[in-house]
Amino acid sequence: MIRAENISMSFNGTRALESVSLNVDKSELFGLIGPDGAGKTTFFRIVTTLLIPEKGKVSINKLDTVDDYRALRKNIGYMPGRFSLYQDLTVEENLAFYATVFGTTVKENYHLISDIYSHIEPFKKRRAGKLSGGMKQKLALCCALIHAPELIVLDEPTTGVDAVSRTEFWEMLKKLQGEGITILVSTPYMDEAVLCDRVALIQKGRILGIDKPGSITGNFSKEIYAIKGRDKFRLIRDLRDRETVESVNPFGDSVHVTFSGNEYDENLLEYLEDKGHNDPGAELIEPGIEDVFLELMSKEEND
Amino acid sequence: MTDEKVIEVKDLVKKFGSFIANDHLSFNVHRGEIFGFLGANGAGKTTAIRILSGLSKPSSGEVKVAGYDIYRHAEQVKRHIGYMCQKFSLYEDLTVAENIMLYGGIYGMPGKEIKNKTGTLLESLDFTGYRKRIIGDLPLGIRQKLAFAVAIFHKPDIVFLDEPTGGVDPITRRQFWEMIYKAADDGITIFVTTHYMDEAEYCDRVSIMSEGKIIDIDSPAQLKKKYGSPSIQDVFVKIARPANNK
Repeated sequence: MIRAENISMSFNGTRALESVSLNVDKSELFGLIGPDGAGKTTFFRIVTTLLIPEKGKVSINKLDTVDDYRALRKNIGYMPGRFSLYQDLTVEENLAFYATVFGTTVKENYHLISDIYSHIEPFKKRRAGKLSGGMKQKLALCCALIHAPELIVLDEPTTGVDAVSRTEFWEMLKKLQGEGITILVSTPYMDEAVLCDRVALIQKGRILGIDKPGSITGNFSKEIYAIKGRDKFRLIRDLRDRETVESVNPFGDSVHVTFSGNEYDENLLEYLEDKGHNDPGAELIEPGIEDVFLELMSKEEND
Repeated sequence: MTDEKVIEVKDLVKKFGSFIANDHLSFNVHRGEIFGFLGANGAGKTTAIRILSGLSKPSSGEVKVAGYDIYRHAEQVKRHIGYMCQKFSLYEDLTVAENIMLYGGIYGMPGKEIKNKTGTLLESLDFTGYRKRIIGDLPLGIRQKLAFAVAIFHKPDIVFLDEPTGGVDPITRRQFWEMIYKAADDGITIFVTTHYMDEAEYCDRVSIMSEGKIIDIDSPAQLKKKYGSPSIQDVFVKIARPANNK
């Protein structure tokens, strides 16, 4: 459905995107995963016809984002990263406004939003500016959907939203996908990658890899061990000092380690005990998206 | 981490009219501990942090921070804490050195000491080259690391971090957490709030709030065991969902 070919873009000499190419299929839930400043928003603004790329082309259903922008806009719902609805209009006024702008009515497409809207309907007389973060996010999604677009583009919809609302939000996206809507979504949070059909990992304007989340982690060539110890500060330092250890990355309650030559150091635990760590543990684990991202990032920086 | 308590809270209640924002909170935090303070939007975290940092008075209950009673010695409390949040940390139109000077001064450090220690701080971060750069021109990751270093520049007993690493790339995020481990090792207590549960996994202990109450408080490992969950995210969704589900 979306075909992006060799998109490059820069602002005042700073590179924002460099030769980004990717395809998104119809009814796919596609994630763009990367930190702030990676180029996610720039890419989305190009896809939604709001920005003209310096190089490259994007087409959506064979319509070009530059030449056919008028036709395309009727078919795209866009939820920007910053809350961009009218703060001084109420919930229902905002929704009615967006429906009218797109030449439709709330009633006509209500079936698409009824699930989501039911969460905020008790507050429909409240001004949008007075809603909580989770409710603003749901209203913005309703407004992006009200003209029944084939594609919705959501820029970091879950940033700054609590974990409960985030879980609900992803459940809603799955339902919309079930209605046949194509979803392009971005997030800085790696743990959300597994909820997408396919993801593109992006960093400093370049795509590091595109695949199904399971394949990205499944094709990871290195064995990763989770090392545990009570004093993490000293644990990290002592692991870095060990010559058999290749990479050391703190990961929540453990430290993820790879070994040079991909070979586990049989004497590691003994070494840690000698260093005064009480009852350290090492466990071979399945790599996560973030492990892969870290590996790809350090490869990029060494290139 | 030591057994010494730097935050002692007993039956803390804060009401706004008839609304109870904090409903009998009781907990302790130890010197050098990394403590995660979790809860859904509107659970009452911000209210509690404002009280712990001496900005607001409780309706009732006992609160001691860094050994000082929050009712009688709020000013002393403020001098012994540091604060950093993601949304606002440093002045964007000042240079790195000017920001350090400003914050050091606010916390009552003598000018000479600030000058002496600025070099050490920048060297320890490998940021000596940024001394005269305007904050607004620096990448987010560098700003965040610097903001943390500035928040603990005056050697506070406790530093409050409000969603410190949201949106930062995974490598910088890890460097940031290593700075936190180092500060905790130096005896500074770390009090973190975050919506991102993978950050909670880095903490020694976490508390989870919902509708003004602390639902549970324990180490991430114990909480996962207790609720049969693979992650703190899963524990959180199980126990922090408010009854009216808004």
